[in-house]
Amino acid sequence: MAKRIDVKDVDIFYGKFHAVDNVTLQVPPRSVTAFIGPSGCGKSTVLRTLNRMHEVIPGARVEGQVLLDGEDIYASNVDPVQVRRTIGMVFQRPNPFPTMSIGDNVVAGLKLAGTKNKDKLKDIAERALRGANLWNEVKDRLNKPGGSLSGGQQQRLCIARAIAVQPDVLLMDEPCSALDPISTLAIEDLIGELKKEYTIVIVTHNMQQAARVSDQTAFFNLYGVGQPGRLVELNDTEKIFSNPNEKATEDYISGRFG
Amino acid sequence: MSTTSLSSPVTTPAFQQVSLARKAKNGVATVLVWLSFLIAVIPLVWVLYTVVANGITRIPFSNWWTEDLGSVLSDEVGGGVLHAIIGTLLQGIVCAIIAVPLGLLVSIYLVEYGRGTKLAKVTTFMVDILSGVPSIVAALFIYALWITTFGLPRSAFAVSLALVLLMIPVVVRSSEEMLRIVPDDLREASYALGVPKWKTIVKIVLPTALSGIISGVMMALARVMGETAPLLVLVGYSAFEHWNIFKGEMASLPLLMNNERVTNTMSVGTVGFERIWGAALTLVIIIALINLLATVISRVVAPKKK
Amino acid sequence: MRPGDRIFKNLTTGAGIFVVALIGLIGLFLLVQAIPALQANNASFLFSRAWSTNDPTNMSFGILDLLQVTIATSLVALIIAMPVSLGIALFLTQYAPKRLARAFAYIIDLLAAVPSIIFGLWGILVLAPAIEPFAIWINETFSWFPVFAPGNVAPSVRGTIFTAGVVLAVMLLPIITSLTREVFERTPTPHIEGALALGATRWEVIRTTVLPFGKAGYIGASMLGLGRALGETIALAVILLIPVGSFFDWSVFDGGATFASKIASNYSEFNNPTSAGAYIAAGLVLFLLTFLVNFAARAIIADKKGD
Repeated sequence: MAKRIDVKDVDIFYGKFHAVDNVTLQVPPRSVTAFIGPSGCGKSTVLRTLNRMHEVIPGARVEGQVLLDGEDIYASNVDPVQVRRTIGMVFQRPNPFPTMSIGDNVVAGLKLAGTKNKDKLKDIAERALRGANLWNEVKDRLNKPGGSLSGGQQQRLCIARAIAVQPDVLLMDEPCSALDPISTLAIEDLIGELKKEYTIVIVTHNMQQAARVSDQTAFFNLYGVGQPGRLVELNDTEKIFSNPNEKATEDYISGRFG
Repeated sequence: MSTTSLSSPVTTPAFQQVSLARKAKNGVATVLVWLSFLIAVIPLVWVLYTVVANGITRIPFSNWWTEDLGSVLSDEVGGGVLHAIIGTLLQGIVCAIIAVPLGLLVSIYLVEYGRGTKLAKVTTFMVDILSGVPSIVAALFIYALWITTFGLPRSAFAVSLALVLLMIPVVVRSSEEMLRIVPDDLREASYALGVPKWKTIVKIVLPTALSGIISGVMMALARVMGETAPLLVLVGYSAFEHWNIFKGEMASLPLLMNNERVTNTMSVGTVGFERIWGAALTLVIIIALINLLATVISRVVAPKKK
Repeated sequence: MRPGDRIFKNLTTGAGIFVVALIGLIGLFLLVQAIPALQANNASFLFSRAWSTNDPTNMSFGILDLLQVTIATSLVALIIAMPVSLGIALFLTQYAPKRLARAFAYIIDLLAAVPSIIFGLWGILVLAPAIEPFAIWINETFSWFPVFAPGNVAPSVRGTIFTAGVVLAVMLLPIITSLTREVFERTPTPHIEGALALGATRWEVIRTTVLPFGKAGYIGASMLGLGRALGETIALAVILLIPVGSFFDWSVFDGGATFASKIASNYSEFNNPTSAGAYIAAGLVLFLLTFLVNFAARAIIADKKGD
């Protein structure tokens, strides 16, 4: 289950454009790491290299290594589709599949991979929905369309969908930025529970959120138009927000820019 | 220091009246614009009224829909247009069977695989050119290909092939639009679950776009069913019911109308008059039904919100 | 790449390539079939008005008359359709009450759904008699002006380029309107709001923002309409009377045949490759003509739509 991530000397490109420069960081298993930084600094881009989603964009490429419990997911014989089956992702805007019911949405990852056993799927759906704190709200309407839920519920549905395939890592790209404060809190509580089973990396532009949910925080920054983004500091969350090592981090935390 | 009297306003009135000339021009423009809309509505209403009023005489009778003209002389009252309806529907369906998968594959290429590539730019340009190819040219091409080069006989299938050329661009454009509307979010959610690209397209993107695609296909079908030029060049007219699409003469509604036009007088009240306008109304009814079906299907298949 | 992905990608790419090749194939096949007929032609293909093709051993055919009639009918149609379409597009985007705009647009699109043979029949059997008095009046009052002089199918004023042009104009309305509408809808709101803020009347807003912005799109849409008009087959075959022994003489009251209507009306001559080849040669010219017009139209539109 929950695996450790080692990012080693990763450079990220969009075609010829050097988007992110030389990132090295470690994410311990069963912990929450937050990526923070100003708009455009590359935090989402780095997140997407962790499950090889970055290369879906034509012309995009990654140099360097990303190790999952020691295995490089960018090795030449590795199938990116397989990688994505072991790493889950939740996006900024909830995106349940509109043609599927709630129940089908949860097990979509398994059904599309070929699992057919109805009972097995039902059990997995229940487990995942409980894990996402959504079971009690939807257990009586599993066959209603995925789009019939509220925004916060839809996002928890997407989380359930991501954990139903039992990933080693869960990536979250600003999962609360499209939600109201109450749903946001519900998801933050959920993250606190999920980290007992999964390794979690969350990108957020909300510093207070990073301070609330994460164990360690990585601060990314951009040094000029057309310059690549880079990792400035990776440290325990408490330290980053009270007494960071780098001046740039201190400036960002205290609101002097960004 | 002198004080100014306040019995008259200090400045000119704030809200000036728009000058008469400007108002007049505006008014004229408004009238002309409304007029042009009415100018468009008049012929539409006129044509539809003509078709309905002239064609209604034989339509309510069941034999119109269940008999062909094989047992009736050309200037004799009686018989129906079953053979023509069958022909129109058959040729249309055979065309759709070929044109829809082909058109759909092209639109999938344009939206999912070819974005930004040079081939996609050329392809989309050629689709536009194809949509401007006149129906007679499409018919001549199939004549040169199917009949002269391959030596095959004139047939309903040759007509369907020509209709394919006319239907493909419409299917491509409407499907392309429907596929583009599917948010990239959904594709990304699928990739993030470890679903390969082709499966994402087939199991997520297409079902989401399906209702719009179906409705676009049916409207394209309704349009090609009204084409006459390929019928004249590529198949002969028969007064009998005929089901073999690869051989022999087959009727269809436009062909029947053309046949009546050249073999019969069309003065009011004659057999020719009734048949032509009856066939016209039948064609319009079929086209309207297909469009209605398209709307119904698209509502039924659309992803539900509740 | 996974096999499933490779197969699917090749399948869809292949479909794209097929469509590109198709246009080339159309030109190629038409050319190949036309060459023997052109070689057997006793007259000048481009400059003769004669058309005698039923004897494959003694053919003389030329497209000059067809070209002139085709262009004449299309021109009459455009002269009528362009201003009306402009008005409709403005109506739908600027004047119609928002709630009704969609319904009105649907009504205009209905015109596109009517099969052309029905337009042809209505044109010759219903419209032509109705506008006959008007046509006769023009013919008599302005007969000194060559364009309105008595034509080569007189005394009939029904089976003429005039009637055909009017019917064709009706058929062009939905095409020109739909694209023009799209372009007008894209007029940047800041432009419009800027004009409104200066106190412009509705017409002045249109004149200063919508029209300049949409000009290229409107021209492109009209050219697409032209392309359609050039290729219209059955409606013109039904309406136009063929004059006996005389040719197009620059009057709208002339009859004749266009490329498309000529080919469609003589399908009975397609019983041997050589005679058919003459018609295919005419079809090839039509193909090239519509290709060029569409090419230019799309280039103009792409220019404006791309922003």
